[in-house]
Amino acid sequence: MAIASNINPYQGIPKGDNPFAQITDNVARVAEAPKPHIVWYISFGFALLLLSMFGGSIAYMVWNGIGVWGNMLPVAWGFPIVNFVFWVGIGHAGTLISAILFLLRQNWRTAINRFAEAMTIFAVICAASFPGIHIGRPWLPYWMFPIPNQMGMWPQFRSPLEWDVFAVGTYATVSILFWYMGMIPDFASFRDRATTTVRRVAYGIVAMGWRGSSRQWHRYERAYLLLAAFATPLVLSVHSVVSFDFATSQLPGWHTTIFPPYFVAGAIFGGFAMVQVLAVPAREFFGLKRIITIRHLELMNKVILATGMLVGYAYGMEMFIAWYSGALYEQFAFLNRAFGNFAWAYWTMIFCNVVSPQVFWFKKARTNVWITLLVGVIVNVGMWFERFVIICTSLTRDFLPSSWGAFIPTPVDYMTLSGSFGLFFTLFLLFCRYLPMCAISEVKAFHPAAHEHAHH
Amino acid sequence: MSEDQHSPETPETAPLHGVLAEYNTPGEILEAARVIRDAGYTKWDTYTPFPVHGIDAAMGIKMTRLPWIVLCAALTGLATAILLQWWTNVIDYPFVISGKPMWSIPANVPVMFELTVLFSAFAALGGMLVLNNLPLPSHPLDLKERFAKSTDDKFFLLITAADPVFDDKDTRELLQSTHPAVLDDVPEDRQTSDKLPRFVVYGMIILTVAALIPFAFFAKARMTQTRDPRIHVIWDMDFQPKYKAQRENPLFEDHRAMRLPLDGTVAVGHLKTDDHLNKGLVDGVFARTFPRDITPSSETIERGQERFGIYCAPCHGYSGAGDGMVHKRAAALQEAGVAGSWVPPTNLQQQTLYEQPVGQLFDSITNGVRNMPAYGHSVSVEDRWAIIMYLRALQRMRVASLGDLTPEERSALK
Repeated sequence: MAIASNINPYQGIPKGDNPFAQITDNVARVAEAPKPHIVWYISFGFALLLLSMFGGSIAYMVWNGIGVWGNMLPVAWGFPIVNFVFWVGIGHAGTLISAILFLLRQNWRTAINRFAEAMTIFAVICAASFPGIHIGRPWLPYWMFPIPNQMGMWPQFRSPLEWDVFAVGTYATVSILFWYMGMIPDFASFRDRATTTVRRVAYGIVAMGWRGSSRQWHRYERAYLLLAAFATPLVLSVHSVVSFDFATSQLPGWHTTIFPPYFVAGAIFGGFAMVQVLAVPAREFFGLKRIITIRHLELMNKVILATGMLVGYAYGMEMFIAWYSGALYEQFAFLNRAFGNFAWAYWTMIFCNVVSPQVFWFKKARTNVWITLLVGVIVNVGMWFERFVIICTSLTRDFLPSSWGAFIPTPVDYMTLSGSFGLFFTLFLLFCRYLPMCAISEVKAFHPAAHEHAHH
Repeated sequence: MSEDQHSPETPETAPLHGVLAEYNTPGEILEAARVIRDAGYTKWDTYTPFPVHGIDAAMGIKMTRLPWIVLCAALTGLATAILLQWWTNVIDYPFVISGKPMWSIPANVPVMFELTVLFSAFAALGGMLVLNNLPLPSHPLDLKERFAKSTDDKFFLLITAADPVFDDKDTRELLQSTHPAVLDDVPEDRQTSDKLPRFVVYGMIILTVAALIPFAFFAKARMTQTRDPRIHVIWDMDFQPKYKAQRENPLFEDHRAMRLPLDGTVAVGHLKTDDHLNKGLVDGVFARTFPRDITPSSETIERGQERFGIYCAPCHGYSGAGDGMVHKRAAALQEAGVAGSWVPPTNLQQQTLYEQPVGQLFDSITNGVRNMPAYGHSVSVEDRWAIIMYLRALQRMRVASLGDLTPEERSALK
C-alpha cells in the first residue's frame, strides 16, 4: 500500500553499521540488564502496594459480602461493572494495533504492538476479575461456564451476560495465543544471547526450539495472518457484546442501537490513550527511543484525535436520537445525564473525551511527550467516567420516580478500583523486565535495511 | 572451535550433517537461495532473524496447508457452538425466559461466532507448531556457536548431506560461488540424546498420577454414601443467627419465635360475616336450609360426590351406610383381637341423620363429632355444603320409589 509505506517512522534516523544487531541489542538489553532503572523499582514497589490493596479489598469483600460496596438497588451494577467495562475497553487498542493495523499494512505498528498486546492481556485480566467478584459468591464463577454438574443445570445462552462470558473468554485466550506466538522468535533471540544457564533454559523452553528456518517462517507468517484475520472481527465483537449487556435491556439511556459502534470507538480511544501512558515512560526509561520514535507517538495521537471525535459524535447522536424519538423517558434520561444528579460526571466526561484531544490538531502537541502523557491520563479518566455516567445516571433515574435512588460508592469501592491499577502495573512492569518489550523480528523485517537488495 | 569442548568425537570423525553458509544481508541470502533452488536441491533450508521478503519464491516453498486446518477448526467451532446451545437450552435443560423462544438463531449468534474464533485461533497456533515440528529441543546446528547469530543479524543456508543431489565437493563449490561470509561443515549431533532425561520422565509420571488423586476422591465421594454431614467449606447462608418458626425464643414473654397476630386481626378474605354459610347457623340455631350462596344444581351435587368419595367414603362407605374400608379393616382387626376399641362410623342413612338440620351436618364436618376429626381446615366451605347436598341426595335415594321418576325416566328404565 502506497499510503502505508509512506509512514516509515525510521526515515531520517541515521543507520548504524548493523541495524539488525542494534535492534536486538536495544530490546534484549532491557531484559538482560543486571539491574533495571531506579524508576522501575519505585514503580514496581508502588504497583505492589496497590496490588496488595486490591487483594485486601477483595478479601474484605469476600469475607463480609458485597454489602461493603456502594451497590444498592436500583444501582445493582455500580463500580464493579463500571471497572469491568473500563478495563475491557483498554484492552482493545492492543488488538487493534496487532491485528487491524497488521491487516491494513500499517507497518509502524511493529514498534508498539508487543507491549500493546501485553497491555491488552493485563487489562483483560483486570476486567475479568470484576464480574468474578461482582457475582457475590466468588467461589461459584464456574456456574457461568457450560460445565456438566450435579445440579443438572446449564447456562442460559439467550442472555447477553452469557455472551459476555464467551466474548471476553475468547478474547483473553486469543490475545494470549497471539501474544505468545509473536514472542516465540524473540524468545529465541533471548535464548541465543543468554549468558546464564537459567536464562538459556527458561527462554529456551518458551522459544520451543525456534531456529528461524524459512520453511517455519512461511507457516508462522500464515498463522499470524490468520490469527490477525480472526482477531479483527473478534475485537469488534467483544465490546459490541459488552454493550449488549446494556443495549438489550429496556432501560432509558441503555436501550439504544448506537451502543455497539460507540462502545468499540470508545474502547479504541481509551486503549490508545493507555498505550501512550505506558509507551512514553517505557521508551524513556528502557532506552527504546530509537525503536519507539516520536513519529510513533504522533501517529497514535492522530488515532486518539480521530476516535475521540467519533466518541464525541456518539454523545451528540445519543442526544439527537433521544429528542428525535419522541420517547418521553428517553428524553428525560439524556437531559438528566447532562443536567441531573450526575451532571458533574457528565461534563467531566465531555471535557476529558471530547475537548482535551482537540489539542492534537497541532503538530507541536502531538510530538510533545508531556502533552501526550497528560492527554493520555485525562482520556483514561474520561473513559472511566463515560461508563460511570452510562451505568449510574440510567439506573438511578429510570421510569418511575418511586424507584429512583442514589449511588454512593464506599471506600472499599475506591480501593478496589485503584487496586486494579496495581494488578495492571505489576504485570506490566514484570513484562517490561523479563519479556521482549518490542517485536524484535517484526521491527527488523520492516526496517529499511531489510529491503535493500531485496528486489533484483 | 567451541563444539570441540563438548564433543568426545572431533568434527572430522562425526558423520556430516550438512554444509552451512553464512551471509551478512538479506539480499545475499536471497541470491544464494535462488542458486540452490535452481540446482535442484530439496533437503535444505535458510535460517534468518526475520521473515525475509521474497524468500518463499527464492526457495520455492509451496503454500502451507495451515489455512485448511484452520478452516476445519472454524467449522468445528461453529458446529460445537450450535450443538452446545441447542442441546443444553432446548433438549437437556429447557426453560422459558422472558417469553423468548427456546431456540432462535439471532440469540445464539454471539456464542457461535466466539467459539468459531476460539477454535480457529488454537488451530492456527497449534497447526503452525505441529507443521513446523515444534517444539524441537535439539538440532545439530545448536552446536555451532556462530549459528546463535541466526536470531540476531546473520543469515544462514544449510544443505543437508541427506539431500539426493548432495555431493561432498560440488555442493561446497556451488555454495562458495554464492560468496558466503563463512562456509563450514556441520557434524551430526552425537552427544545430545533424543531421549528425555530420566528424572524428567519419572517426574512427569509422578505428577500425572498425583494430578489424578483429587479426581479419584471426587469419584469416590460420588459413588459412596456417608452418614456424616457434608463438609461446609463455604458456609453460604446455611448457618444464620436467627429464630425459625415453631422454635423457642427467650426474647419474648411467651417464648414463641413465631408472633401471634394482634387481637381482632383478620386476614384478607377471612372476615366471614355470614353465619349461615360459614357456621350453618341461623339466629343461633342450626339451619334447616342451604345458604343462599350455594346453588342447588347437579354440578354442586357432582362436586359433593367427588369430595364425599375422598373425605367421607373411607369410613362412612360410598353408600353412607358406615361400612367404609377403614371400618371394615378396623372391625376385622378387632375380631382377630389385634386392635382395641373401635367406635364404628355413623350410618348416615339412619332416621336421625335424615332428620338432622343441614346446619348441624355442616357443624359436624367442620368441627368433628365424637371420634370423627374436624375437616374444616382441609375442605372448603363451598365443598362442605356440596358434600351435604350430595348426602341429602344419597339419603333420598334410599327411600325413593318408582313414583319419584318422570314418565320418560320410567320408560327409559324398561
